[in-house]
Amino acid sequence: MTADHLSNVFGALADPTRRAILARLTEGDLTVGELSAPFSVSQPAISRHLKVLERAGLVSRSRRATARLSHLEAEPFQEATEWLARYQEFWSESHERLDALLVALQRDQSNQPPPGGPQRRSAR
Amino acid sequence: MSTTQVTAEPGTPYIDITREFDAPRDLLFRAHTDPELLVQWLGPRRLTMIVDRYDVRDGGKWRYIHRDEDGTEYGFHGVFHGTPSPEGMIQTFEFEGAPGHVSLDSMTFEERDGRTVLHGHSVFQSVQARDSMVESGMETGLSEAYERLEELIAELVPVS
Repeated sequence: MTADHLSNVFGALADPTRRAILARLTEGDLTVGELSAPFSVSQPAISRHLKVLERAGLVSRSRRATARLSHLEAEPFQEATEWLARYQEFWSESHERLDALLVALQRDQSNQPPPGGPQRRSAR
Repeated sequence: MSTTQVTAEPGTPYIDITREFDAPRDLLFRAHTDPELLVQWLGPRRLTMIVDRYDVRDGGKWRYIHRDEDGTEYGFHGVFHGTPSPEGMIQTFEFEGAPGHVSLDSMTFEERDGRTVLHGHSVFQSVQARDSMVESGMETGLSEAYERLEELIAELVPVS
């Protein structure tokens, strides 16, 4: 069950049309007709994509009069991509340190490069 | 100020990184291959980096350790494939906490008007390996990763 739900999320996110649908829903709830307008796919095809997104918990659907509205459920989507944010943090911090090092190296280019180690700020 | 772009398309085993630096590529290459320079920037400041070996040549091995405040060590190692040059380098990467999960990392340095764009492309053995590697590589540990997956799954189960 655990693995199934996870596969549903990642499977749902793997398709570019479904990611485009999610992106459009960030601006507000839409009907199937409104959703299919910018795509070169039929309404039934969009409906099938919506079913996949609904199964993954990424989209919920409600009725307004006769229209059926799709609504983005952002939370699981954010959690699924949280690991990526950590990875991004790791490299962002590394690259900021590298920026500073490159500045120092270019400033001292006529001299010897500074010795490694002592400049680093220790948490201790 | 330039920012580090990380992309990981869902359902693929790849991670791509792009970052621009205000430096010529020879210097950027040196910062990526000289152990004395590497320890000054690779990883968060709170971690101490120790380079065990860094044999920058075709078939040469590399290994380094990240040590956190309480002395816990995280080792990483791999092998260079092809001769690393300022144009780019290819190497394998393995976190010693998850032996057998090896990724293939390639990096290119593209210089334009004195600035250099770094492109990194990592290929993992599977989508799952990519996702769990990223978790364990970020010192959260696999058990925490699974806990977080369970939280995610709980979110997905309809409450109605």
